[in-house]
Amino acid sequence: MSLPAGLPEMVGVAQYEEEGEFPVEQGYIWTSCASVENGNPLFWDDEAAAELTDGPIAPPTMVSVWFRPHHWAPGRTQARLPLQVHFDLKERLGLPEAVMTENTVVFYEPVRIGDRLRTHQVLRSVSEEKTTKLGTGRFWVIDVEYRNQHGDRVATESYTGFGYRRAER
Amino acid sequence: MTTGPRLLLGSVAKGDALPVLRHPVTATTVVLGALASRDWRPMHHDKDFAVERNGTRDIFLNTPNQAAWFERYVTDWTGPHGRLGRITFRMKGSVFPGDTMELVGVVDHVAVDEVGCGWLGLEVVLQVDGEMKTTGAVRVAVPVDETDNPWRRRAEQWQP
Repeated sequence: MSLPAGLPEMVGVAQYEEEGEFPVEQGYIWTSCASVENGNPLFWDDEAAAELTDGPIAPPTMVSVWFRPHHWAPGRTQARLPLQVHFDLKERLGLPEAVMTENTVVFYEPVRIGDRLRTHQVLRSVSEEKTTKLGTGRFWVIDVEYRNQHGDRVATESYTGFGYRRAER
Repeated sequence: MTTGPRLLLGSVAKGDALPVLRHPVTATTVVLGALASRDWRPMHHDKDFAVERNGTRDIFLNTPNQAAWFERYVTDWTGPHGRLGRITFRMKGSVFPGDTMELVGVVDHVAVDEVGCGWLGLEVVLQVDGEMKTTGAVRVAVPVDETDNPWRRRAEQWQP
């Protein structure tokens, strides 16, 4: 089965260039650390952070958090979705459910409190239809690049998603 | 602070095991993890939605929070001098309230790159009752000696 018209043209194209809607901030770093009981002094002890990382930084694995919008914001009429290409594919392919099956993140410059990060998404591939225990659908790979306000790359992320229709039970 | 590195490259060998981390997962664990990663999708906080729409038995840990668990697991072991370079993980099954998750890891390789940075390759697994739920590979830099600090590396000196 081939891909719907227009979809192949999306592959390899940078989309959804955007700046995070809020700066990297301490409170959310502590919320994240608390959720996994991460006591790394880099995130709790200013002296340790000054000594090792020239000041406070965010946990590297939080990089995508800075682009997940608040659930509500004044004046917003439609919920913003992170990883929009993923949701575009669900809609374009008529696949109501989706899960992430694989995720790779490469970390570069540390993310620091106050940073305003920028990102864009690139669809790398969409598979032929496949059937798994979840249902029938397609796998896709989306790359996300993150840079800080100085233009330094802070991370690249690659997601493999599986959009599907549930198997009949 | 002013303490030296907890773990030096030379003290680690291929095949070394990381200490096991066990954590009882509750609904709070799942919801807190989703909130902490700003993931508002209902399968991470609404059991009815998870069961009826996703076909799972309950709400389940989200992907970004699992990354945070792996980071905590690795840097608990390396200490704060440990700097993540790369993490890959593959979700094979879901982790639900009532599960006791175990994070286990083993050193797959030890190396020094062309710019003198010390690297450990780790194979890590998040498992429940011995069943693999998420498998991962982590590339983490650790000091090669007492004076080294991977966080000081910039630009071409950092090759994750």
